[in-house]
Amino acid sequence: MPVAKNDVMWIEEPEMGFWEMTFLPAIVDGLKTTIKHVTNYQPVTQQYPEEKPVLPLHYRGVHRLNRDEKGRVKCVACMLCATACPADCISIEAAAAPPDWPDRDKFPASFILDELRCIYCGMCEEACPVDAIELTHIYDLTGESREELIYNREKLLDVYDKTKDDPRDPLRTRRGKLGPAAEFSTLPTVAPATQVTPGDRSAQSIAPGTIHTFNNPHPFDDPGTAR
Amino acid sequence: MDKIFEYIPQGLIITLVAIVAAVGAMLGVISYLILLERKLSAWMQDRRGPNRVGPMGIFQPFADGAKFLLKEDVIPANADKVLFLAAPGIGLLTTMLAFAVVPYGPVGAAGAPWFLRFIIVPGVDIGIVFIFAVTSLAVYGVILGGWASNNKYSALGSLRASAQVISYEIPLGMSVLGIALLGSTLDIEKILTQQASGGFWSWYFWTQPLACLIFFTSAMAEANRLPFDLSECEQELVGGFHTEYSSMKFALFFLGEYTHVITTSFLTAILFFGGWHFPWIATAESAYAGAWIVKLLVLLAKVFMVIVLIMLLRWTIPRFRFDQLMNLSWKALIPLSLANMLSVMTVLQFGWDRWLLGPISIGLFVLAGVISVGFKRAEIRHRPSAAELSQQLVT
Repeated sequence: MPVAKNDVMWIEEPEMGFWEMTFLPAIVDGLKTTIKHVTNYQPVTQQYPEEKPVLPLHYRGVHRLNRDEKGRVKCVACMLCATACPADCISIEAAAAPPDWPDRDKFPASFILDELRCIYCGMCEEACPVDAIELTHIYDLTGESREELIYNREKLLDVYDKTKDDPRDPLRTRRGKLGPAAEFSTLPTVAPATQVTPGDRSAQSIAPGTIHTFNNPHPFDDPGTAR
Repeated sequence: MDKIFEYIPQGLIITLVAIVAAVGAMLGVISYLILLERKLSAWMQDRRGPNRVGPMGIFQPFADGAKFLLKEDVIPANADKVLFLAAPGIGLLTTMLAFAVVPYGPVGAAGAPWFLRFIIVPGVDIGIVFIFAVTSLAVYGVILGGWASNNKYSALGSLRASAQVISYEIPLGMSVLGIALLGSTLDIEKILTQQASGGFWSWYFWTQPLACLIFFTSAMAEANRLPFDLSECEQELVGGFHTEYSSMKFALFFLGEYTHVITTSFLTAILFFGGWHFPWIATAESAYAGAWIVKLLVLLAKVFMVIVLIMLLRWTIPRFRFDQLMNLSWKALIPLSLANMLSVMTVLQFGWDRWLLGPISIGLFVLAGVISVGFKRAEIRHRPSAAELSQQLVT
């Protein structure tokens, strides 16, 4: 199929002067630039092992499993992180919580996270209802074998013990307490996640998860342009 | 003890000292030139360069040498083993051999120790011809290495190298012919002495500026230095002729290249910039104690400046395309060097003042510029305009 005439843009080669064509001014200019960089030397290289990079607070490094105020693992083995994980690198075996842990039904008998499969997207942290799994600032993760980098529950708790006092890795919410899901009985049973304005489509839904179209033939248009 | 010295001819000792000094200094200097080049490249690119081995990385050459010696030495299964092994040796040997007739200090200066001669083979009447003959053999190392590796990219790289060296051999030789005519000698030592005894204004740069430019450009092309390193351009040919080389054989190629750069820089400094001569501090008449050391240092400083210029140019001019490379040689440098030689002949034949040669050189350069710009303008003028092209395309 030939290209349409309107899709072709014709560009004229820029006219060159005499000196420009001899390329000598360009060479002299180039030499000036290179010499300027040597005489006015300002390296931008960071000397890594001596100078550590300053990372943003939301940096996503190696995971940790947080402890609650009694030193127990905070995780309630709800499997939300394993479900959310796009790399499928978390495998949890849930077990009934010991009888002296009255605040939860389950706890992770084993929590295995493959740091080599992980893509460090932070979805597990987002998904966790009790703020048990968090991503720390540790970026220089090395090991001598693949097995070494498959972290179990104890290793992940060790990461917590190592990083809990680091100002860069604060416990993100409710330090020392379980997350809101653990106090489920004290929370209202039903509440809107956010305030919904009357004109919003979701407020008009006849059933959760559906968008009615019978009196609005263009449900996905921007409300401002809807007919 | 004295008896032994009686049986050894003094000339032998002098020659051996000259060889040991030249080759030893050359290898040591090259390893540090590589460090300097890496540092300079880094500074030009706002990097730091090698800085891990010793303060400022000054022991980097030793680490590099150890690495080259200890690395695995791979010979490809289908390579031509004899030629594959011989090629790096040929590359280094020929460039080293060319250095034999280059004076690397004030030859025959008064006050210098008797065993220091500053040239391995003194008094070679055809010195310049010898250098060009031998350094053009260096391309055999590249060609054989590329061909023997049994690798398409290497073969392409060596083909490019052969075409390039043959093309640039001509302007290289012809640019120096002007000096040979003016000095009526091909002996490098004599050319140096003429400039030194004539003073600052008899440096051949003032009468032969165009030849200097042509010589420098073609010599860089001969040495396969950027922007003329078409034979090893990574983007197109992986590594070029040395793709299959590893460990010490690879290092030998680089030693050869750097020896070539050093020889070129020595020649530029000696042929065009008066060698060890510098007004007031190092002239032919200066007879103060230690004058020979000053002369040696002046020459080495000049050479060092040329080497630094080559390194600066490396990161200034982008690599040529192959047709541009050939055009530059055959359409610009060869006619210009021919015209330059012709003007020298004319001036000498009619006995004109040789100071005319400076303006003539500049005039030739401008003329060449005008001609090439005129051709380019004519080409642009006769090229269909964008509007016409679009019409042609539609119909």
